Amino acid sequence: MNEREKVLDQYSGRVFKNRKDHIIELDEAGVPQVIAANSRSIPGLMVNRGCCYAGCKGVVLGPIADAVVLTHGPIGCGFYSWGTRRNKAKPEGEGAKNYLQYCFSTDMQEPDIVFGGEKKLRQAIVEIMEIFQPKCIFICSTCPVGLIGDDIQAVARWVKSTYKIACAAFSCEGYKGVSQSAGHHIANNGLMKEIIGSGQAKNSKKFAVNLLGEYNIGGDGWETERLLKQIGYEVVSVFTGDGSFEKMKNAHTANLNLVQCHRSINYIAEMMKAKYGIDWIKVNFIGIDETIRSLRSLAIYFDDAGLKQRTEEVIADELAAIEDQRQYYRSRLTGYTAGVFVGGSRSHHYQNLLLDFGIKTVIAGYEFAHRDDYEGREVLPDIKPDADSKNIEQLSPVADEAHYHLTLSKERFAELQNEIDLETYHGMFREMADGTVTVDDFNHYETEKLIELFQPDIFYSGIKDKYMIQKSGTPSRQLHSYDYSGPYACFTGAINFARDTYMSISAPAWKYLTPPWLVSSTLEGSIGGTENA
Amino acid sequence: MRQVAIYGKGGIGKSTTTQNLTAGLAEMGKKIMIVGCDPKADSTRLILGGLAQKTVLDTLREEGEDIDLKAILKTGYAGIKGVESGGPEPGVGCAGRGIITSINLLEQLGAYTDDLDYVFYDVLGDVVCGGFAMPIREGKAREIYIVCSGEMMALYAANNISKGIMKYAKSGGVRLGGLICNSRKVDGEAELVQSVAKEMGTQMIHFVPRDNAVQRAEINKKTVIDYSPDEPQADEYRALAKEIDGNDMFVIPKPLMQDRLEELLMEHGLMEA
Repeated sequence: MNEREKVLDQYSGRVFKNRKDHIIELDEAGVPQVIAANSRSIPGLMVNRGCCYAGCKGVVLGPIADAVVLTHGPIGCGFYSWGTRRNKAKPEGEGAKNYLQYCFSTDMQEPDIVFGGEKKLRQAIVEIMEIFQPKCIFICSTCPVGLIGDDIQAVARWVKSTYKIACAAFSCEGYKGVSQSAGHHIANNGLMKEIIGSGQAKNSKKFAVNLLGEYNIGGDGWETERLLKQIGYEVVSVFTGDGSFEKMKNAHTANLNLVQCHRSINYIAEMMKAKYGIDWIKVNFIGIDETIRSLRSLAIYFDDAGLKQRTEEVIADELAAIEDQRQYYRSRLTGYTAGVFVGGSRSHHYQNLLLDFGIKTVIAGYEFAHRDDYEGREVLPDIKPDADSKNIEQLSPVADEAHYHLTLSKERFAELQNEIDLETYHGMFREMADGTVTVDDFNHYETEKLIELFQPDIFYSGIKDKYMIQKSGTPSRQLHSYDYSGPYACFTGAINFARDTYMSISAPAWKYLTPPWLVSSTLEGSIGGTENA
Repeated sequence: MRQVAIYGKGGIGKSTTTQNLTAGLAEMGKKIMIVGCDPKADSTRLILGGLAQKTVLDTLREEGEDIDLKAILKTGYAGIKGVESGGPEPGVGCAGRGIITSINLLEQLGAYTDDLDYVFYDVLGDVVCGGFAMPIREGKAREIYIVCSGEMMALYAANNISKGIMKYAKSGGVRLGGLICNSRKVDGEAELVQSVAKEMGTQMIHFVPRDNAVQRAEINKKTVIDYSPDEPQADEYRALAKEIDGNDMFVIPKPLMQDRLEELLMEHGLMEA
């Protein structure tokens, strides 16, 4: 029985039949393997997934700083999706707004459910306009709103016509889709329909890029932007870390889209290609080698001698600045093993970073990824959409004549596709070694079992299982929120990550997991005159 | 205290029948409360002589949880008490949730006093969602009467409602007390309703003939017994009241298959030309 079979052995027939396709043991890296993904979880299994609202409001819209993101629903959804991902933002320049320190919710009560909540939603918007005067409002609905059928789309139209500001409504009720992935798609659609391209700016700059799928957790986006600017790129907008509605509306003026988190934002990348002709490239700024590879790919794309030179200079500077620490942590961490279970893209990214320090990933998995995130976009034509996916709107934008602009000739594009990750993504499997196990939509039991079987030295996951894992004696760090630390992106970020990892693994606490009374007697006394120790 | 729920297809005459029959029961000296479970809030109009009181949910919305029972519970003809759940205007919110909220609130406010002999729930149309099943869930109403006629859609609805009763009969202990035929003067009506009732395992407890006296009383915001006590129609409601008061046939219904229902219609519903 191999490790995969040992995990599955616990399951009853019906559960086994489902789960066996979600757990893959890679025997030879690079050999195509098929995994089941983006399908319904089995009721009763304690999975780590979130809901559609979490994906839409929590992940994609939440980090946009100068828009008011209003949760229409009872207070819990808004409150618990507020600030917990540690997506940072700071207002830039005179009059810039940052609403991230506020939590906006309609706080629906029982009478609002019975009589409908539209009135309260309008009232909330009236108050928001009086107090904050934002230029943009996003309305996100929660489960009960979908059940009673409040027409939030009509309210958004009313906001636009009454206040002459941007407004988009997102019907991202928690029960939609099979995971938060549905919410990402809904958020992408709304931003594409209402925001992107609504600005009047024209494409002018030569090295103008958007950074997609970078949510500025712990300041990652700032670190990436700093490097890009240093090399000479103009970052038109970031989706959506420290995001700005004002900048996003001119996102159509960029020449290239950089896709960091493939899972949550590939929809916008593809739609912008169709509508504005903007190419996209898969980057990864997590990990030293990956950052270097990404920066060089960019330079190759724009094929400018000055840019290429600046790229190499910045890489050299950054490497020199971290060299000592890099050597130190590498010497301390080499040989350790890790489990990485997070998101729909991060588990891949962080394996690269771990490798920089000699840590091998033995088990990995995603909560809500699709098959292409594991197996690469090559499998996209083979993915048969099911009813759950078809239930989410699929936009097919047509070319916008006024803003359509191609940066590369067709020939050059084809040529570059062989050289860099231009409009492709090879997935996580490609990077994983023989004998490793990948689990899709992992649950509590599988986490425990995998730790028992593989005994990784550290396990990267999130708040839902962190303490369960630590209680079992394995250090665990959160890759959703970075446990109050960060940034982890690019060069200095990699050092932060190595420091935190080293700190976790070498914390003295692990030595005390077995209490002293289990290994030696703590009582002394005598029974019937005989000394007992 | 007997708690009775009246169901039936929309427009079949549930509110009219409920109020006229409770007037009959009141004449017999029974203490009664009617709980209107229709967002239109017209279940107690004939008893209270118009739409007199605020609804439970309106009060909840305007005044919060602190509600005075007197504001929503009014006494009308022959001491019958009436209360209306109320609910959202058509097309918004959730009327079903409203009924759940409202009935829970009435219980907390102490509307169900020990001196009551009967509580009647007058429920809107078909049982479309959990809210409308509230009176028969959690052991609130123990017996149910379905108002119907010999028309196809009325019997179809009655059959559907009996499916809901069957579901809750097992968990909550509710039983079907019978079908009340509110005549539409269609062919072979009494026989048809009787045979459908028999197949369901229940009875047609009374056949209420069609009479313009009902319309005249309604226009005057009164029940027939109140407005024209000597009319033959008043005696029909008195008879219905007596039959319900003395009813001892409470069953778990056996809903009919669609084909069987249509067969019965062919058998009884077509007069020889």
